[in-house]
Amino acid sequence: MADTDSLLAEALAKIAEADTLDLLEQHRVAFLGKKGSISALMKTLGGMSPEERSEAGARFNVLRTEVADALAARKVALESAALEAKLASETLDLSLPAPEASTGSVHPVSQVMDELAEIFADMGFAVATGPEIEDDWHNFTALNMPESHPARAMHDTFYFPDSDEQGRSMLLRTHTSPVQIRSMLKEGAPLRIIAPGRVYRSDSDATHTPMFHQIEGLVIDKGIHLGHLKWTLETFLKAFFERDDIVLRLRPSYFPFTEPSVEVDVGYSMEKGRRVVGGSGDDEGHAWMEVLGSGMVNRKVIEFGGLDPDEWQGFAFGTGVDRLAMLKYGMDDLRAFFDGDLRWMKHYGFAALDVPTLSGGVGVSA
Amino acid sequence: MKFSLSWLKDHLETEATVAEIAAKLNAIGLEVEGIENPAEALAGFRVAKVLTAEKHPDADKLQVLSVDLGDGQPLQVVCGAPNARAGMVGVLGTPGAVVPSNGMEMRKAAIRGVESNGMMCSSRELDLGDDHDGIIELPEGAPIGAEFATFADLDDPVFDLSITPNRPDCMGVYGIARDLAAAGLGTLKPVADTVHAGSYPCPVEIRSDDRDGCPAFFGRTIKGVTNGQSPAWMQARLKSAGQRPISALVDITNFVMLTYGRPSHAYDIAKLSGPVVARRAKAGEGVTALNEKHYLLDDSMTVIADDNGVHDIAGIMGGEHSGCGDDTSDVLLEVAYFDPERIAHTGRTLNLTSDARSRFERGVDTDFLGTGLEILTGLILDICGGEASEAVHVGAAPAGGKVVRYELGLAESLGGVAVREDEQRRILTALGFEIAEIENHWAVTVPSWRPDVDGAPDIVEEVIRIHGLDDVPSVALPRGEGVAKPTATPMQSRERRARRAAAARGLHEAITWSFLPMAEAEAFADEPLWILANPISEDMKAMRPSLIPGLLMAAQRNMARGAASVRLFEVGRRYLRGKGGASDERLTLGVVLAGERTGRSWQSGKAQGFDAFDAKAEALALLEAAGAPVGNLMVMGEAGSQYHPGQSATLRLGPKNVLARFGTLHPSVAKQFDLEGAVVAVEIDLEAIPAKKGAATFTRASYTPPSLQPVSRDFAFLVPADLPAGDLVRVVKAADKKRIVDARLFDVFTGQGVPEGQKSLAIEVTMQPVEATFTDADLKSVSDAVTAAAAKQGATLRG
Repeated sequence: MADTDSLLAEALAKIAEADTLDLLEQHRVAFLGKKGSISALMKTLGGMSPEERSEAGARFNVLRTEVADALAARKVALESAALEAKLASETLDLSLPAPEASTGSVHPVSQVMDELAEIFADMGFAVATGPEIEDDWHNFTALNMPESHPARAMHDTFYFPDSDEQGRSMLLRTHTSPVQIRSMLKEGAPLRIIAPGRVYRSDSDATHTPMFHQIEGLVIDKGIHLGHLKWTLETFLKAFFERDDIVLRLRPSYFPFTEPSVEVDVGYSMEKGRRVVGGSGDDEGHAWMEVLGSGMVNRKVIEFGGLDPDEWQGFAFGTGVDRLAMLKYGMDDLRAFFDGDLRWMKHYGFAALDVPTLSGGVGVSA
Repeated sequence: MKFSLSWLKDHLETEATVAEIAAKLNAIGLEVEGIENPAEALAGFRVAKVLTAEKHPDADKLQVLSVDLGDGQPLQVVCGAPNARAGMVGVLGTPGAVVPSNGMEMRKAAIRGVESNGMMCSSRELDLGDDHDGIIELPEGAPIGAEFATFADLDDPVFDLSITPNRPDCMGVYGIARDLAAAGLGTLKPVADTVHAGSYPCPVEIRSDDRDGCPAFFGRTIKGVTNGQSPAWMQARLKSAGQRPISALVDITNFVMLTYGRPSHAYDIAKLSGPVVARRAKAGEGVTALNEKHYLLDDSMTVIADDNGVHDIAGIMGGEHSGCGDDTSDVLLEVAYFDPERIAHTGRTLNLTSDARSRFERGVDTDFLGTGLEILTGLILDICGGEASEAVHVGAAPAGGKVVRYELGLAESLGGVAVREDEQRRILTALGFEIAEIENHWAVTVPSWRPDVDGAPDIVEEVIRIHGLDDVPSVALPRGEGVAKPTATPMQSRERRARRAAAARGLHEAITWSFLPMAEAEAFADEPLWILANPISEDMKAMRPSLIPGLLMAAQRNMARGAASVRLFEVGRRYLRGKGGASDERLTLGVVLAGERTGRSWQSGKAQGFDAFDAKAEALALLEAAGAPVGNLMVMGEAGSQYHPGQSATLRLGPKNVLARFGTLHPSVAKQFDLEGAVVAVEIDLEAIPAKKGAATFTRASYTPPSLQPVSRDFAFLVPADLPAGDLVRVVKAADKKRIVDARLFDVFTGQGVPEGQKSLAIEVTMQPVEATFTDADLKSVSDAVTAAAAKQGATLRG
C-alpha cells in the first residue's frame, strides 16, 4: 500500500513542479517509460498469486492512470503557457497601413449611358449604334437636309477628303440621327430605339468640345403623336433625375428631320450655385433651360428609312449625354470629361459595382 | 435678329408689355435670346447745362464747371474736355450712375483738390459712338435735368431672337409682327401700297441672262438724289439691329431688308457702263466686294455685271466699285429673286456670309419684288429726293400658290392636341394661308413668304404652335405586356462587362479624343489613316487607329501633374478602313499602366514599376470578363513595332485571330510620348472575340464534384533556353486528357546544375481520379505520357 501511495505523491509533486515540457517528458519516462518506476511496479504483478495480483493490479492501474492524467494536464498547461508567451512576442502594430490596392472607376459618360439604357429598356427601347465616320447621305440627305440646305452649314461638320463607293462624301457624324435611318432600313417598323454615342462638330470653346456625346431616341409605330413624345420625355427625365416634380415646356422649333419640331425646356432652380432640375421654370426662383430637341419624324425621313409615311409615324428626340451627366452629378467643365485626369476621375467616376438597375435606382447618390 | 420695340410697333398695333411679347415669341417658336434696354445702362445720365466754366486752380487742362440740372441747385463738376464751356448743354453722369464703356460707378470725388459731383460725358464713354475728342453737345432746347436716354429716344427695349432657318419671313420685323398678331398679341398693320409710276423710262437696260440663277430682276433708276445721313428714326432702328448707319441709300436698303426680309441693292449709275445683266460669272473673273476682299468666281455663280465686269456677287454681296457714296446722284435699284440653292452653293464656295445670303438661301417672299421696289423707291424719294423712272420688271419669281391637302383631324392625330375647326381656320388665315373646304378636308394655299411649308405636317405645326404647345397632353406610350424584355445586344453586354471588370481591377476609365496628331497616329497605324480635311487643330487631325496613343497622352499629362501611378483604360472605337470606302470601326479596350505598380512601402521596400506580366494579367482577366475562351488562347509574337520586341506578345485564338496585343511599350515610343520608365499597354479587340455558339440557354452542363482527392506530382524538365514555357505546359497538360486536369508552372531556373543554353522548368501536374483511386501503374502511365510529350519539345526530365 505504502509504496504506491508514496510513489503517487512523489510523482504528482514532481509533475507539478516541472516547468518545462522537457522536464515533464523526463518525468514521464521516469514513471511511465519502459524502464520507469511505475512500469517496473506493473512488471511485479507477474510474480504474484492471483489474489494478490487482483488487489495490486487495481491499485497499480489507479496509480498509473492518475500519473498519466497529471502528466497530460500538466502538459496542456505548459503548452498553453508556451503559446501565450509565443503570441505575446508576435504582436503587430496594426495601425500600420495594409497593402494598397488601386480602386478603379467608370467614367460618368459611361455610367450615364448605362443609366439611360436601363430607363429606356423599361419603356421598350433597345440600344442601336451606327458608324461615327458617316457618309453625307445618312448624316444629311436622308434626314431631309439636301446639299444646299442652310442647316447643313450650321452643323460645323468635319469632313474627310474621302468618298465611298457610291460617291458619298465621308464625314464625322454631326449628330446621332443617322442611326434613325440605319435602324429603320435595317429593322423596319415598329421600332423603339435609343442611340447613344460620340458626335463631332468643329467647334471649341468653354462650353463646346469638338467631340461630345449625344443620345438619340426614335419611336416608329402607328398612331404615335406629340402627346406620346411629351410623356416619354417627362417619364425619362423623372426616372433619370429621380424626381416627380419635373416640368417640361415645349417650344416650337425647327429641325429638318422632324415636323412639327419642338425644343424641350425643363424647369430648374439654382442651389448653391448649381442648377437643380425640378419645378416649373415659371415658378419663383426658377427658370427654363433647354435640354432636348425633338419632334414628329418628317415624312420624308420615314420614306428615306424605307417605310410608308401614310402607315407609320413617330417621334425622335436628341440630347447631350455629357450635359445630362453634368446636370445630374454636378460637373461644371465639359473639357475635363476628355482629359483623362486621374484626380477628376477619382472624384467624379463611379465604382465598378455601381451598376444602374431599376430596383436599386439608376442614380448613384453622392 | 435684333429689333427694337418701337420698330415692332411700326407694324403691330399692341398694348402688350415687353414681358408678354417675349413670352409669346417663345411660345410660338421665335426664341428670345435676350432683351436689352439701352436706357437701363444710361440710368443716372442726365441732360445738363453748363452755367460757368473756370480754370482749375491746380491743373492746366482741367476746368471747374457749374452745371445746372434744372433744380436751381447747380453742381460743381471738374471736366477735362476742351469743348466744355459756359452755355453749352451736355450729358452729366451723376453719382451712382455706371459708365457704360468701362463699368465704373460715379462717385463724388476730389480732383486735384477740387470737389467734383459727376462727369460730363463723351459719346465713347456712353458707348454711343467713337467720338472722344470732347463731351457730347446737345441742342439748345434740350430739356435740362431730363434723363438723357429718354431725351435721345434710347428708352426702347431691343429683342434679340434666334430665327430658325425655316423662317426667312421672320428675318424681317414685319414677319415677326404677323406671327404675333396671329397669336393674338395685337393687330398687324397693312403694308404701304403706294406705287410710284415714274416720270421717265428706265434709262439703264436690265436683264437676266441666267434665268435659273436669277429668274426675276426688278429695278428702276432714281436721278438727282442726295446721299446724306439717314434720318434719326431710321438710324435708331438700324442701331437696335446692331447695324452701323453708313449713308442714307445704304441705310434704306438695309432698313427694307431688316423690316421686310427683302434684300436689295443700289448701284451708283455713274460707275456703270452699258446694260446691267444677271449672268453666270466667267471662270477667272473676280470682284472686290464691299468687305474689301477680292473673290475669284467661277461659272457656277450668278453675278450682276455690266460692260466693264462684275459688280455684285448676286444675292450675297455688292461690289466695292459700284456702291453708293457721298457724291452719288443717280442710282439703279435692284430687287431680284435668286435661286436659293445657287446662293447657298456660291456662299459656301466663297466662304462668304452676309445678311442678304442668309435670306436668299432660305427663300425670300416670291411675291414681294414689286412691293419691295416701291417701298424702297418711296423711302429714297422721301429721304434723298430725286426723280424715279418707271419700274422695270424682268422675269418672274417662281410661282407661289402651293396647295396642301390638310385633314383637320391631323392636329390631334399627329400634333396630339384637338383644336376646334374655327380656331384652326382663324390661325391659318391670320398667318396668310387661304383655305378652301373640299368635302372632308381643306385645300390650304401657302402664302408666298412661307417656302418652308409644303405638307400637312407643316400645317399641323402652324396650328399647334399658335394654339399653344402647353395644351398638348401627355399620353403614355403603349407598353408591352409583362416585365420589360432585355434589350442589350451581346456586343453591348460584352462592352459593359469589360468596362466594369476593368474598373473592378483598379483601372480608371478615360474618354480621350477620337482624333490624334499625325505623328502619334502614324506611330500606331498599320494602314492608311482617316485624316480630316478641316481639322480644328493639327493636334486633332487623324482618327485614332489605336486607343493606346490617346491613353499615353493622358498618362503623360497625369505624370506631368505629379501622379506616381497611372492605370488608365478606355473602351471605344478604333477607326480603320472598311469595305466600299466606308469605315471599319472596331470596339476596343485599351489599357495603359505607367509609373509605379506598387509604391515604396514598409512591407515591400522600394517602389516597383509595371512589367509585361502586369499587361498579360490585365489582358487575360479582361478577355475572360468579355467572354473570350482564355483557356484556348495562344501567346504568339508580332505585337507590333510600338512594343518592346522581346517583351510583348499577342493573344490569339488560332493563328490568325488576334484578340489582344500586350507588353512593354517600345522605349522609343515611350520617348515620343514623353513618358519615362517602363510603360505597359494592352489593346483588346472586343469585336474579334467569337460569339458563343448555339442557342442561348440558362441550363449549364451537368456537373458533380469528384468524391476522390486529386493527386499532384512535380516534374522538372531541362529544355532549350529559347523554348516558350507555355508550349511545354500546354503539351504536358494535354499528355493525358482523361486524368490530367491542370498543369502549373512554378519555377524557372538557370545557373548551377543547368547546362549552358538550357533552362529548368518545374511543373506541378494535377490529376483527378474519377471512379477509383490511382494505382501505381496509373501514375506511372501518366508520368510516362508527360515525359514523352515533353520530349517532343526537346525537354528531358531533370535527374
